[in-house]
Amino acid sequence: MPDTFSFGIDPLTCHAWNHDHSQLALSPNNHEVHVYKWSDGKWKLSDVLAEHVQRVTGIDWAPKSNRIVTCGVDRNAYVWTLQPDGKWKPALVILRINRAATCVKWSPLETKFAVGSGARLISVCYFEQENDWWVSKHIKKPIRSTVTCIDWHPNNILLACGSSDFKARVFSAYIKEVDEKPNATSWGSKMPFGNLMAEFSNGSGGWVHGISFSASGEKVAWVGHDSSISVVNAADGSKLTTLKTDSLPFVTLTWIKENNIVVAGYDCSPAVFSYDGENVVLIARLDDSETKQQQGSKFSAMKHFRSLDNRATVESNDTTLETVHQNTVTQVTIYAGTKANCTKCSTSGIDGQLVIWDLRSLENSGSNSA
Amino acid sequence: MSKNTRNTAFRKVDVDQYGEEVYEEDQTADEGATGPSDAEVQSMLAKGRNGDALQYVLTNAPLTSKNQGVKDKAAQTVLKVLMSLKANEIEGSLKGLDQAKQDTLMKYIYRGFENPSEGSSAQLLVWHDKLFAVTGVGSIVRVLTDRKRV
Repeated sequence: MPDTFSFGIDPLTCHAWNHDHSQLALSPNNHEVHVYKWSDGKWKLSDVLAEHVQRVTGIDWAPKSNRIVTCGVDRNAYVWTLQPDGKWKPALVILRINRAATCVKWSPLETKFAVGSGARLISVCYFEQENDWWVSKHIKKPIRSTVTCIDWHPNNILLACGSSDFKARVFSAYIKEVDEKPNATSWGSKMPFGNLMAEFSNGSGGWVHGISFSASGEKVAWVGHDSSISVVNAADGSKLTTLKTDSLPFVTLTWIKENNIVVAGYDCSPAVFSYDGENVVLIARLDDSETKQQQGSKFSAMKHFRSLDNRATVESNDTTLETVHQNTVTQVTIYAGTKANCTKCSTSGIDGQLVIWDLRSLENSGSNSA
Repeated sequence: MSKNTRNTAFRKVDVDQYGEEVYEEDQTADEGATGPSDAEVQSMLAKGRNGDALQYVLTNAPLTSKNQGVKDKAAQTVLKVLMSLKANEIEGSLKGLDQAKQDTLMKYIYRGFENPSEGSSAQLLVWHDKLFAVTGVGSIVRVLTDRKRV
């Protein structure tokens, strides 16, 4: 059974975990970032980071250096460092963008971070020691519309980005001040900053909502607004495989094993898909709504009349969904484990809930049915 | 005052085209796509090969053409085929369609709703119901997002 936590009625725009998931940072659809600590079996609000003046659109928590980076509609990003007295101190990062920032991610080595924005460019920021500030460099060409999602390759150099110009791209974000010269990868060998390593079209339309590199970096997967899931395998000549699903579009995804991804979106229910080199196939829906329906059919008559009685109405206007999430899931993140082997993942959505799903039970039930 | 203050032609100049932020569609027009031949379709329908007619019009749908006239003509042909199938034949004809054709058919069903004629909407609703049972909401989402319109 998944663990569900409700943080009020406001949507959760984004969330991020610290290294041992004892702390959680999230934004309740406003300009603040709330930091919660786990104590006595519940989440206690430990800090409110209020430096942004407009809605916060992305949060990422670096596990090793324990820094939080946030970005918002106010075209700014802040890097928050924990002070000895327990307070978070913000450092403004000048992104030099003239539109809202949409997403932010720390690089794997936490030496830099990338911010996608509505200004049709990605700001890659690194810390310059001599001036004690964060400097940003822009990747512009050939992005032609808002950057909606980004993800780093494990080599700390390559960056995948999805955009509302219906394309998914892989760029090099090599910064000579902080990076070693990278070895050649399946995506190419020459990696100067801003170099477009690969570009893929999302079928015949549909914004790219979420993108993710696999644990090895050999594969990249994305989800588009045409209800499709696409995977490119660079090790296999950049072969593109797409599955057009029969559900509402997905907006977020992450790899949980080298060949499995978990996706979630407008159908309010996370699902696991698998890629075997040829096809993308559905393995399981995490909501397990089948067992719920079995239980539901026994009690639903009583539930139905009870709800009628409560509201003193003649008709039932019950809008509760069968799924755990009651509205769109906007983010799925790894909670325990890594992209190579994730044991638990967390989802947050517009219903203000944060749910932690156990993926190990999925494996057991999968092998039983096989 | 000079004489040409009455000249308001400048108001019709599209200044936005000169901005650097203009988004241009990928130019992948296929001038060769002419859509299904009406004569073929007529002969198939006359012979009673309704399922084949459906396959034919969906395979030859002018999705990449930029010519609106070609698209309109194709849409009318498809509508004719959809109207000519009887309600109990619809399910059978849907079985032979692969996913791409299913998505194209859903596009034509919605196109048909746009220009209703006598009794067309009722028949189209039957088509919609049967096709939806096979494809789910995914194909409807693709009707809305696909850049290649019918």
